[in-house]
Amino acid sequence: MSQSILFLAHIDESGGMLPKVAFEVFGAALDMAAQSGGDITIGLFGNDVQAAADSLASSGLRVLAVSEPELAHPRYATDATAVEAICREAAAQIIVGPATSRLLRVIAGVAHRLQGQADTHITSIDLTDGAFTAKRWFYRQRLEATIQRAARPWFLVMDAGCHEAWKGALATANVQRVAAFLTSNLQRTTFAGVRVPNTAAQTIRPDAKLLFVAGAGWCKKQADGKTHLPEAERAILNFLHSSGASLGGSKSLVDQSGENQAVLGFMTHLNQVGQTGSTPRHPKGLSTCCHGEEPHVVGWRFINERRAINLDPNCGWARGKADVLYVADAFEVITKLNALFAVKEEKRSPAVPA
Amino acid sequence: MSNPYHIVVCAGIVPDPLQTLEPIVGASGPALKNESMLPAVLDPWASHALYEAANLAASIPGSKVWLVSAAPKAKLQQVMMNVAQKASFELVPIDVPASGFADAHAVAALLAGAIRSIAGLECSHLLVFGGWESASRGAGVTMQMVGEHLGIVDQFQGVDRLSIQSDGSLEILERIEGGRHMVSVCQGAPVLIGWATGNLPEPKNSPQVGMSNMRAIMPALQKTKPSALPIDAVRYLSVAPPKQQRQTRVVRNSSADAIAAELMEWIAQD
Repeated sequence: MSQSILFLAHIDESGGMLPKVAFEVFGAALDMAAQSGGDITIGLFGNDVQAAADSLASSGLRVLAVSEPELAHPRYATDATAVEAICREAAAQIIVGPATSRLLRVIAGVAHRLQGQADTHITSIDLTDGAFTAKRWFYRQRLEATIQRAARPWFLVMDAGCHEAWKGALATANVQRVAAFLTSNLQRTTFAGVRVPNTAAQTIRPDAKLLFVAGAGWCKKQADGKTHLPEAERAILNFLHSSGASLGGSKSLVDQSGENQAVLGFMTHLNQVGQTGSTPRHPKGLSTCCHGEEPHVVGWRFINERRAINLDPNCGWARGKADVLYVADAFEVITKLNALFAVKEEKRSPAVPA
Repeated sequence: MSNPYHIVVCAGIVPDPLQTLEPIVGASGPALKNESMLPAVLDPWASHALYEAANLAASIPGSKVWLVSAAPKAKLQQVMMNVAQKASFELVPIDVPASGFADAHAVAALLAGAIRSIAGLECSHLLVFGGWESASRGAGVTMQMVGEHLGIVDQFQGVDRLSIQSDGSLEILERIEGGRHMVSVCQGAPVLIGWATGNLPEPKNSPQVGMSNMRAIMPALQKTKPSALPIDAVRYLSVAPPKQQRQTRVVRNSSADAIAAELMEWIAQD
């Protein structure tokens, strides 16, 4: 049975383009329409949507948009009103959007207003016996379920890295403006900027090929009976700089800062990976000084290739959770790796003789 | 001095993260094997919300914290034995077989109804807290719908810090992409905040606080009537643990140089 689909997205922080994940989810939405034979409409919101609409225009689809200065920055009240207006205009049965912080903030509220239902963190959508089915994880990536809902509209918010990004030529889109009443009572909240955690370097890189996870062992006493925090910080930061990896931390390491123990200065709760942290998507992951117990490893569900360095040969990583476990001192190995990166860098740009 | 706040924290209970979970099909859909036997904890992100609420209430005289929890009564009582020692609050229990497979829309309606039933709650002083996602369903949708039920349109998710400004406005840091925070300033209550980790450590157990809380918690639990959740909102076609088990190659007695060289090659591969 054909069902009308609305692809929903917003302008990114640059103020003109769509977030990368939006192109992935747009690809998924087009596949859904092809499978079901349903109509598909694009819905966009933001300050100025024309460039974003142009980037999808070669798909030849109808574009609805709420384009207002009040939508220049994320804000629940105005974003929800804009999304609600687009959804009412499109009157679609299935609404699909990318899992960005901005869309995730409002989608359930809008579903409530439209008496629909919402599911987030969707990893795939398929047509089964004429009905859409969605897959998502429960209990922090420990159980995977395939679900269906009879309620319409059904809002499905899809995670990044779950579908190939749609690519199309730039064209000029004919954008149909939708009115949304962004009244002053919806503007009690104002945007006051973006703050980067107080660290010497940006350590979270969602697009990195490698996730480097540091466990509590980095802050523990080493073979000489002493802690070596400055050396640990230097080794980790050097590695991140050389490899371009994104930094994750185990809960035990991140929690130490709250317990006034010696900590790595650049490690914050934002770096935390696992049961109560994030579940990042990187092609590869390297764990160091972390035991690989289940609450931690659930954060690795979407890491394809996994290697670990740990002194304990019976740690969790050895029990089918990593592809390779190196039974070794991570301090020593990472220092050697940094030296190899330095040699590689030197070969690439040899020092100019004085 | 700031006006006092009425802080309502919504928090469910979840199986202890160290437990192995095995799905089964029950009479009302999917469930966890031996679910009633599994040790449970207060949902981790909602716990942070509770600690932040208690901290805020302690700093502003006249403020009060309520904990609204939708969970099986017997299990909730067990969890309260520990949680009650962490912070001062009044429990508003909802006896319902809520699990990760329960429909978030129905749970949100129950939570909103329970909040509305709290005597003396004033909207102009109201801060509704919760975790930005649960450790069971992990959808991050329940709190938004609670807010919509209550007519709260200033909502924030993935919050790590709430600061009360001298003029009574609220400065809020929300997590956004790339490990950064978006800073927003809201004129004041009512607001809804889905907490991430926040900035506070887990409070130490205080038997005095626990005994004081439990004097009101036990009667509240006894008085609560069982509620039901719809079982047909979501149709589960399958629920299964991940099948992938890796064949781990354990490398022993290899030098740091050799390991570093192998890792270097691996990192460089596309």
